[in-house]
Amino acid sequence: MKAVLDLISAWAVPLFLLGIPLYGWARGVKVYESFVEGAKEGFEVGVRIIPYLVAILAVVGAFRASGAMDALARLVAPVTAPVGLPAEVLPLVVVRPLSGGGATGVVGEIMNSLGPDSYAGRLASLIHGSSETTFYVLAVYFGAVGIHKIRHALWAGLIADLAGVVASVIIAGILWG
Amino acid sequence: MNLLWLLLIAVAFVVAAFTGRTSEMGNAALQSATDAVTLALGLVGGMALWLGLMRIAEKAGLVALLARAARPLFARLFPEVPPDHPAMSSILMNIAANMLGIGNAATPLGIKAMLELQSLNAKKDTASDAMVMFLAINTSSVTLIPATIIALRAKTGSADPAEIIGPGILATACSTAAGIAAALLLKRFFRKEEG
Repeated sequence: MKAVLDLISAWAVPLFLLGIPLYGWARGVKVYESFVEGAKEGFEVGVRIIPYLVAILAVVGAFRASGAMDALARLVAPVTAPVGLPAEVLPLVVVRPLSGGGATGVVGEIMNSLGPDSYAGRLASLIHGSSETTFYVLAVYFGAVGIHKIRHALWAGLIADLAGVVASVIIAGILWG
Repeated sequence: MNLLWLLLIAVAFVVAAFTGRTSEMGNAALQSATDAVTLALGLVGGMALWLGLMRIAEKAGLVALLARAARPLFARLFPEVPPDHPAMSSILMNIAANMLGIGNAATPLGIKAMLELQSLNAKKDTASDAMVMFLAINTSSVTLIPATIIALRAKTGSADPAEIIGPGILATACSTAAGIAAALLLKRFFRKEEG
């Protein structure tokens, strides 16, 4: 399974790079001109995202640096520890939706201090893999189209993250608890 | 979103005042703002490359072909998107790239999908149901092989770095299902008129 997927991952981009222009050329598309036309749009989108990304990342950065995240983790630790979510893994749950680099850092810390094959190490692996940097994703994707009224998108994203955590705790509990 | 944004700042301010980390908080805000620009500019190259390729694919009729292939699965999730619309193929390609863990291809394709969905959107400043559904799937993570984590496990001396793949797929399926359910159930409480 993993070998097959690795193989696909390694070949996918080069195949697209060759396949799409080749197919286009065969269908009589002016490939170079079309490419440049589309690429122009890519540049505009990149610039359009900037204010949205600054708004989210600056606030998330301030939130982390203030120590609020640690305070939040300490606050809920007495409740979550008995259900199979140890205090060491809790910061990951709090950081994960806010900061991708931060989350990877927390997982690294857990693996360094407790080992990757400990209960905490395995649980952290599952949680990291089943959730996303929701705030960042929303800022980039909604920023790209200039949308600021995002309706229930944040809640749906956070609920998905939370479900990932709950599922990870249950699965880790059954397999390694 | 307005309230939450303000809340994050307010909580950070209060905690920083109590812990004496106000200067750290200020510096972090400025540093993160700078990083945000670097990050956005870093996306430009990949975005230009993929949107360029997608434009060729569109003109060659490849995009419409893909959209038709995605139809059986996506017709239910995105009922207001016409079945042959290019948005469908961008969504399909984004999800496929995410599954394979090709992150630097997934983001531009996802943005392409958002641009297509925005062309169908009646209120340009407000998210459509289809956008929320798409992002719910996206933020739930659909990665089959979490490459970063496996590398980290290998580096820290795991006996079997890849053992988390199977359980991981199960966990991420749960989060994706929850995301889809939340997008479906919550939409009636967040009508388009509101923020």
